[in-house]
Amino acid sequence: MITGILILLPLAFSLLIFSLRDERQIRMAALTGSVAEFLVSAYGLFLYSTQCHCNWLLDIGWIPSLHINLSFGIDGISLLMVLLTTFLTPLIILSSLEHSYRKPSAFYGLIMLMEMAFIGVFTASDGLVFYIFWELALIPAYFICAVWGGNDRIRITFKFFIYTFTGSLFMLVALIWLYFRTPQPHTFEIIYLYAAHLTPAEQTWIFLAFFLAFAIKIPIFPFHTWQPDTYTESPAGGTMLLAGIMLKMGTYGLIRFLLPICPVALKEWGWLAMILAVTGIIYASVIAIRQSDMKRLVAWSSIAHVGLIAAGIFALTPKALEGAVIQMVSHGINITGLFIIISIIEKRTGTREISRISGLAAKAPWLAVLFMIVLLGSIGLPLTNGFVGEFLLLLGIFEYNYWIAAVAGLTIIFSAVYMLWMYQRTMLGNPMEDLEISGDISMKEAIPLIPLVVMIFWIGIFPGFFLNLAEPAVRTILNLMH
Amino acid sequence: MFTYTVWIVLIPFFLFILIGFFGHKFKPLVSGVVGTSGLFASMALSYYTAYQYFFVVGKTGDVFGKIIGYNTVWLKLTEKLHIDLGVLLDPISVMMLIVITTVSFMVHLYSIGYMQGEKGYMRFFSMLSLFSFSMLGLVVATNIFQMYIFWELVGVSSYLLIGFYYTRDTAVAASKKAFIVTRFADLGFLIGILLLSFNTGTFDFLTLTDPNGVAITQGSGIMFLGLSTMTWSMIFIFMGGAGKSAMFPLHIWLPDAMEGPTPVSALIHAATMVVAGVYLVARMFPIFHFSAPVALDVVMCVGAFSSIFAAVIACTQYDIKRVLAYSTMSQIGLMMFALGVSGYGAEEGLGFMASMFHLFTHAFFKALLFLAAGAIIHAVHSNYMNDMGGLRKHLPITHITFLIACLSIAGIPPLAGFFSKDEILAAGHEKSMMLFILGLIISALTAFYMFRLYFSIFWGKQQQYHHTPHEAPKVMTIPLILLALGAVFAGFIPFSSFVTSDGKPFASHIDFAVAIPAVLVGVLGALTAMMFYMKETNIPETISRSLGGFYRAAFRKFYIDEIYLFITKKILFNYVSRPVAWFDRHIVDGSMNGISYVTNEVSTRIKGMQSGQLQQYAWIFVSGAIGLALAFIYLWTL
Repeated sequence: MITGILILLPLAFSLLIFSLRDERQIRMAALTGSVAEFLVSAYGLFLYSTQCHCNWLLDIGWIPSLHINLSFGIDGISLLMVLLTTFLTPLIILSSLEHSYRKPSAFYGLIMLMEMAFIGVFTASDGLVFYIFWELALIPAYFICAVWGGNDRIRITFKFFIYTFTGSLFMLVALIWLYFRTPQPHTFEIIYLYAAHLTPAEQTWIFLAFFLAFAIKIPIFPFHTWQPDTYTESPAGGTMLLAGIMLKMGTYGLIRFLLPICPVALKEWGWLAMILAVTGIIYASVIAIRQSDMKRLVAWSSIAHVGLIAAGIFALTPKALEGAVIQMVSHGINITGLFIIISIIEKRTGTREISRISGLAAKAPWLAVLFMIVLLGSIGLPLTNGFVGEFLLLLGIFEYNYWIAAVAGLTIIFSAVYMLWMYQRTMLGNPMEDLEISGDISMKEAIPLIPLVVMIFWIGIFPGFFLNLAEPAVRTILNLMH
Repeated sequence: MFTYTVWIVLIPFFLFILIGFFGHKFKPLVSGVVGTSGLFASMALSYYTAYQYFFVVGKTGDVFGKIIGYNTVWLKLTEKLHIDLGVLLDPISVMMLIVITTVSFMVHLYSIGYMQGEKGYMRFFSMLSLFSFSMLGLVVATNIFQMYIFWELVGVSSYLLIGFYYTRDTAVAASKKAFIVTRFADLGFLIGILLLSFNTGTFDFLTLTDPNGVAITQGSGIMFLGLSTMTWSMIFIFMGGAGKSAMFPLHIWLPDAMEGPTPVSALIHAATMVVAGVYLVARMFPIFHFSAPVALDVVMCVGAFSSIFAAVIACTQYDIKRVLAYSTMSQIGLMMFALGVSGYGAEEGLGFMASMFHLFTHAFFKALLFLAAGAIIHAVHSNYMNDMGGLRKHLPITHITFLIACLSIAGIPPLAGFFSKDEILAAGHEKSMMLFILGLIISALTAFYMFRLYFSIFWGKQQQYHHTPHEAPKVMTIPLILLALGAVFAGFIPFSSFVTSDGKPFASHIDFAVAIPAVLVGVLGALTAMMFYMKETNIPETISRSLGGFYRAAFRKFYIDEIYLFITKKILFNYVSRPVAWFDRHIVDGSMNGISYVTNEVSTRIKGMQSGQLQQYAWIFVSGAIGLALAFIYLWTL
């Protein structure tokens, strides 16, 4: 039931917003809708953790002749991803309210539509439904970047679209193939996909197809080249949606589909995926060091961070997988925080060029404090959220292979190098003179950051609660592999 | 019984929250006073704990045991493996509690005066509290993972405090350097922890360091590159310790860290944080000794080399804080060295005891030296020896306390430094004559550079000052006097009755065969300095010129910074980062674009098929449908 509400509520608000004309009403509606959605999901969390650890299944016949059902279900991993989505969306909307976008009804309507698609992806328990929502998420993302993006937006968004769409097609092919491999009568129902009989060769092909689809979305090296451009050119809110939530669709897909469906192929080809993921960590970190645009630097850092998540998933140990789930949540929180801060800085200084900004801390001490906290979270300081996930991931990868863990561990140093460099150049040193908006961060600007900061410490200091949510689901996934 | 000890750690944490969030609502002085009184409470609790531990309940039979004062599970990894947060009390952790809270309290008190009128007064005190919290959490760690957590927090508070003057570029650069160099070392630490926990299945110190426990008796694991897993893990863990304790070649951040406010240098970069590495080795000592003796040799060599290396550089520097920084590095090297030569068990563990003893006395006189240096810098507005001279008349209290500290560090009896250094030399003597001679050379150099500093500041030529330097206010001189008392009397504590490698007290005595040469070289070093620097002479210049290249190399700190800079800036930035970025744009992205280009070409070619001729469309449609049908049938029947 709750799953149904979670999907329909943003859709309803999205349609409502599309029909509104007055900007104030649009903003109110977007905010109300997303907050209401968060409350529903929080109630879901309450039910889940107090009453049962069961799935709420929702099954509606859709195309009966092909046994395709609109079926949804929630386990611990889904729930965490849904919560991440519903938690971040209102904050992203709040921070977007600081800008005035043209055609606000379309902008906020698309955001709500995207939220619906995300929830659909994270709760789908049917392969085809998953695919449909996966594609559905792409369309608003495309429009948000293409309409409200930077100067080079058309070319970049086109690249982004082609890239991810190609990946998705591979996934569709794999799903259809699996459909015909399920026991009679054929179905896309996920538990039957898990049970599909595949020859090792088939598994390899399906592994490759899924891997490609998810690797592009995450992105894993060398399928990442759409990402820095797209993050940089998108409007602030769009970047946050892409980096904070959308890329988790990829890692979620790895856990939900790739792992249980192709265990044999993973044994054979998992090392390759692992090598690519770890290469990506170092590769992206090294490039991040040389970036001069704040948004682009964070975009590259994101490739490094999600590379570690992906590596953890391919390590196939319970700890690494739990770490991956926690880190997906933490990464969403931290990167959204970073992009919010960058957009505040950009508004103040009129630029994102690191070399042209300096000494903001002297004029905006609270902004400096908030930036520092988010930064420490993202470089994985103990007692912040980034640490728990990073540590569990490294521990899991270490069980997989010492050497790979040692190489992946370099991310600890690299992230400190480029993040502190960015902080040093922009916040510290002699204050720059021509600030467009002087003074410290305003209460209105700080509101979306405060819940993020609270979460950074909450997950960092009391990780047990979140790990307990993820743990049974992780165990189920790993059991399915045997 | 010891549950309250958790408050020793938590009080500074709440101070941090309190001052950090509400400090700006009050006058600046309020945060200083609140912070100082909070630390006083923490210090009082520590002393009470020490009394309880050492004199009332700590001993079971004849041995000081390990007591868990408080414990809570933080992160459960498996049924067996979990990460706890708690308080472990044993002789070394109780001693560290005393050292940290005492020095921290003195520094708080001193800072009330020193930081007066500074912008960011509240920020300073909240950061000091954060540091105290992290450092206390580190020393009471019940398991190596808790230690790692607080280890990182200590690193961050150090980063924030070094960069306190955040509009000054040198300070900002120094803070970043400190953070990144130590974080590099910490990666080694983390790898070491992971290796260790895989080999032993626990993070817990009680299990790990029990000589009869599984961790030690089960053997050292498989061999790799000629060394066992345990040895590798200990070497990696020591890498973390070497980073924090500024051991060669990870020392480069310490001299730069002097950009922080002087009280910070006294607290973090002299008395507490930089000895964390020594404490780490001491904490893991049974494993080093029983399972990884090779790693212990590494500790000895690194310690000895760092000590002499830093002592030579200290003789050539002109910035008084940098001289003190290199002196710190040299003294910590001695402590590491002592641990490295130590055995296990009462008298066998002389080096262990000596190391801890020296850590204890060093905290007093080195904190005193830094705080006195702060008072001098405050009065003269310069860090450079060349700008000073003849200050003894202007700063009488600072002068006397500084002299006491110099005598103490030079090992002149009966001051504290004499006793602890004597034990270190005795431990070296037991191991080999060579090491003893090395120790003597270091002692001579120590006395020389300390008295070089002393004479150039307080004697030497009379400088013309812009305005007459005057003595610091009472709130600054009182901590100096208190610490001076420590630097005089701390040596009389019969340390070996309290702190030993295995908890069994033993009686140590002064070996005159060691003590007499040690005192002689100390006096010799001091007298040489007096001859060179008491009156203005050209002897130092003549000597440095005659030493030529060696002097220049020492003056430029043996070019280690330049080497690092070359590796990071030149090689990493220009020869790695830039080509990779190029590779990404042209090769990776290029090939992806290539694929799309090919697709585009193909579509242009087959565009001709859209001819508008109905028959052709129909033909393509039919053949496509048949093809699909065939494919489906084929799949169906598989």
